[in-house]
Amino acid sequence: MDQSLAVLLTIITAATPLLIAAMGELVVERSGVLNLGVEGMMVMGAVAGFAVAFVTGSTLLGVFAAIFAGVAMSALFGFLTLTLVANQVAAGLALTLLGLGLSGLIGESFVGQPGVKMPTLFGIDALVPFSFLLTAGVAYVLFKTKIGLVIRAVGNSHNSAHALGYRVIALRYLSVMFGGACAGLAGGYLSLAYTPQWIENMTAGRGWIALALVVFASWRPLRTLVGAYLFGAVSILGFVVQSMGLGIPSQFLSALPYLVTVIALVIISGNKRLTQANTPACLAQSFVPDR
Amino acid sequence: MRLILEKRPDRSPFFAIASPFLALLLTLIAGGLIFALRGINPLEGLYVYFVEPLTQLWSVEQLIVKATPLILIGVGLAVCYMANVWNIGAEGQLTMGAIAGSIAPVMFPEWQDPSILVVMLIMGTIGGALYGAIPGLLKTRFNANEILTSLMLVYVAGLFLDWLVRGPWRDPQGYNFPVTKTFAGWQLLPTFGGTIHLGALFALLACAALAFVMARTLIGFEIKVTGNAPRAGRFAGFSRNRMVMLCFLLSGGLAGLAGICEVASVVGKLQPQISPGYGFAAIIVAFLGRLNPLGVLFAGLLLALSYIGGEAAQVTLGISDKIAKVFQGILLFFILSCDTLILYRIKFETGRVGALKAAE
Amino acid sequence: MKKLLMTAAVAAVALGLGTTASLAEAYKACWIYVGPVGDGGWSFQHDEGRKAVVAELGDKVETVFVENVAEPDSDRTIERLARDGCKMIFTTSFGFMEPTLKVAAKFPDVKFEHATGYKTAPNVTTYNSKFHEGRYVIGQIAAKMSKTGTAGYIVSFPIPEVIAGINAFMLGAQTVNPDFKVKIVWANTWFDPGKEADAAKVLLSQGADILVQHTDSTAPLQIAQEQGKFGFGQASDMMAFAPKAQLTAIVDSWGPYYVKRVKAGMDGTWASQQSWDGMAEGAVTMAPYANMPDDVAKMAAETQAAITAGTLHPFTGPITKQDGTVVGEAGKPLSDGDIHGMNWYVKGVDDKLPQ
Repeated sequence: MDQSLAVLLTIITAATPLLIAAMGELVVERSGVLNLGVEGMMVMGAVAGFAVAFVTGSTLLGVFAAIFAGVAMSALFGFLTLTLVANQVAAGLALTLLGLGLSGLIGESFVGQPGVKMPTLFGIDALVPFSFLLTAGVAYVLFKTKIGLVIRAVGNSHNSAHALGYRVIALRYLSVMFGGACAGLAGGYLSLAYTPQWIENMTAGRGWIALALVVFASWRPLRTLVGAYLFGAVSILGFVVQSMGLGIPSQFLSALPYLVTVIALVIISGNKRLTQANTPACLAQSFVPDR
Repeated sequence: MRLILEKRPDRSPFFAIASPFLALLLTLIAGGLIFALRGINPLEGLYVYFVEPLTQLWSVEQLIVKATPLILIGVGLAVCYMANVWNIGAEGQLTMGAIAGSIAPVMFPEWQDPSILVVMLIMGTIGGALYGAIPGLLKTRFNANEILTSLMLVYVAGLFLDWLVRGPWRDPQGYNFPVTKTFAGWQLLPTFGGTIHLGALFALLACAALAFVMARTLIGFEIKVTGNAPRAGRFAGFSRNRMVMLCFLLSGGLAGLAGICEVASVVGKLQPQISPGYGFAAIIVAFLGRLNPLGVLFAGLLLALSYIGGEAAQVTLGISDKIAKVFQGILLFFILSCDTLILYRIKFETGRVGALKAAE
Repeated sequence: MKKLLMTAAVAAVALGLGTTASLAEAYKACWIYVGPVGDGGWSFQHDEGRKAVVAELGDKVETVFVENVAEPDSDRTIERLARDGCKMIFTTSFGFMEPTLKVAAKFPDVKFEHATGYKTAPNVTTYNSKFHEGRYVIGQIAAKMSKTGTAGYIVSFPIPEVIAGINAFMLGAQTVNPDFKVKIVWANTWFDPGKEADAAKVLLSQGADILVQHTDSTAPLQIAQEQGKFGFGQASDMMAFAPKAQLTAIVDSWGPYYVKRVKAGMDGTWASQQSWDGMAEGAVTMAPYANMPDDVAKMAAETQAAITAGTLHPFTGPITKQDGTVVGEAGKPLSDGDIHGMNWYVKGVDDKLPQ
């Protein structure tokens, strides 16, 4: 049915930026770092991607610019929290503020300009299959490779990992920058595919949802996929119900994705076996190597 | 060349005091650069941003009004985070507190004596506390991570408020705009001289009370222990679940109180937007204040100053609010960086020396 | 060190103040916006209006604007503007109403202009534009251009102006096709182009083939273009974003009104009023009619001319409400007050309003 297909495609578009950003943050948190600056990195990715694509006409260059912007922002965060051992929660919030302000500044001259749209295959944006590959890739690396094991070890017990000779700070830097790359890419998706334009604060809180999804998924990649699509689906279906004119208050329908996420988490978390093993024990704790 | 952090044997008392000033100085330099780049006299810019707001009585009053909810919520969150309970939903608890506290004036607009104010404040605090209890309960009963639940509930609270003021609670004489009847008389907080309202007093009391509790009582000790060393806490018989509920009830209650105070003063009624993000800004305040109730007091004032200064700069200097945000982010970065100096000494080491040391 | 800095700062400011003194003769007009100037929509258009004032009056006027002012914070911002020497302050969102009145009471010599409000004072005017006139025109175009007889309407929040817009749209559409239908989706946000795009896609999938919006971004139009459907721009001409899809746009032109009021302030003829300009005064203009057959464009232009001339009023009685009751006298337009506080749908709309 054409109708269902259209709705499905809409759900996929809505879920993709959430999934990409959440995947990156998942790796970051697995390594023991809590980066609340996802929203700031995402919006910087959006403006950088748009600006470069607008000026050069190439969305590919835009994508690279978006990734670069995310990496740059996350490197700043990394310096503050890994080298200078500042409080991670506050540093992440500061990063968000900085990102929102800086992106607005950079984007000033791009407001009101039509953008360039990423190529699509059968109506699906090029980044969508990439997001699935990313999920599979992260799952594989984290759970089937040595470096993944080490990252998880660093997140669970950084002192032990350090004692074993692993370079905790370096690994965390890598993870944080990977997270930044993903957040930036997700932002680029927004301004290059989802709605090809630049508007201040166009991420509209998606970074926070991505953060929440990582927690929802108990730091497991496949569950993050489920979470992103659950959230996206409930949001879109809310619009479908509205368009049917049944008279259900729109605020309730808009609140459903959040309520459903909470309820789903409660059901999953009720099973202690599924959750406890996954929380990175050293999440948000600062690490300074003893000499 | 590497940057190494060497832990100090004790907190450096010098840097404990000096670090915020050092951060301020660095921000002034960075800010001066930003202003210069935009063609504004850097000294004038910094003056307008940081000093001018403190030179006029009106401005200082506004500073206190702005800082009040930040401090009230921040001090509750500081206790929470001390215990490693991650309440990210203070904004939602503020909203629900505002709604709960507004039940009386909306249902009984003619009720005009001091008792309605008392009822409003109590109901607001309880409303916020109960809404905060939800993520607390979900955590203690179902082990559901409180970061997610408290954050999601923020959106739910906001949409609920939106539905209320557009539907059942809409002012019938309001031309069908989404506002409740404006509160009047005793339904509004009394003020000291017209601007600073009773909420400021509550904020001060909350700081003093929690400072005392954290430093001198068993509960305070319990909070610190369960936060820093949960296993030790369990051995000592401190219940983690009780702690989680206590923290959520406390911070939720304070956020709810802040909510009803805002509605009963600055806003004067219920409308779809009653807070410019105080619940989230308070998280920053809590950490800037190093999770210490007295520190939160100063951090709240400082953050409020950065907002007020940003507005002044927009009006007087014509800079955009985006620069104000960038400025705030940079200020936070420097404060966080300089705080490191309290616990650590910074050393630069060249590769050879570092390798030698590692080999020891 | 700090003392030196302070003395230097004071000296610098003194110098700075020196230069502004020479501009003191310029009339200072100030604006506060609820959103960012970069929203491409509501606040963007108000700022374009401010720029028109600067363009028209040049050196004689000095303008200041503050953006992203949250409604709870607006009290302080408006007062700051008044204290800073603004002679006229435009507060461009409904939520600024009470704060505007509060500050106006403290500063009787400053003139305040509050957009979309309804409370005035000796030094407070309310102003708005009759956007529903534009909605009537696009309603007619939509009914002519739609093959499925259904339009998708994307809206943010149910306030009277939005509802009046939907009603005017439907009334216009019903003059062409009495069975025209509209599907309404409330996005519950003013600034989220992604959500608007989602709503647009959902509406198109549910059988609508013309998109109308009362939200600010160009996203719905872009979606319309992608899917080979048509739509209407909102607040500004969005042709550049959707050259094949935009039929026309309702353009908020605040420039003429702002210039009028600032001039009145400058020459002392300013008086408090409840201003409601429409097409006749140039506050509402339509973007060039495009992507439609000539006869449709002709019909739209004629309707526009009639409204501009005052011979046609979108809300001319009798109008049948959704619940069956009838309002308005035959041949007479509804009163301004009725339209200002509109809280009911016309017959033919399948949505429910909160009561």
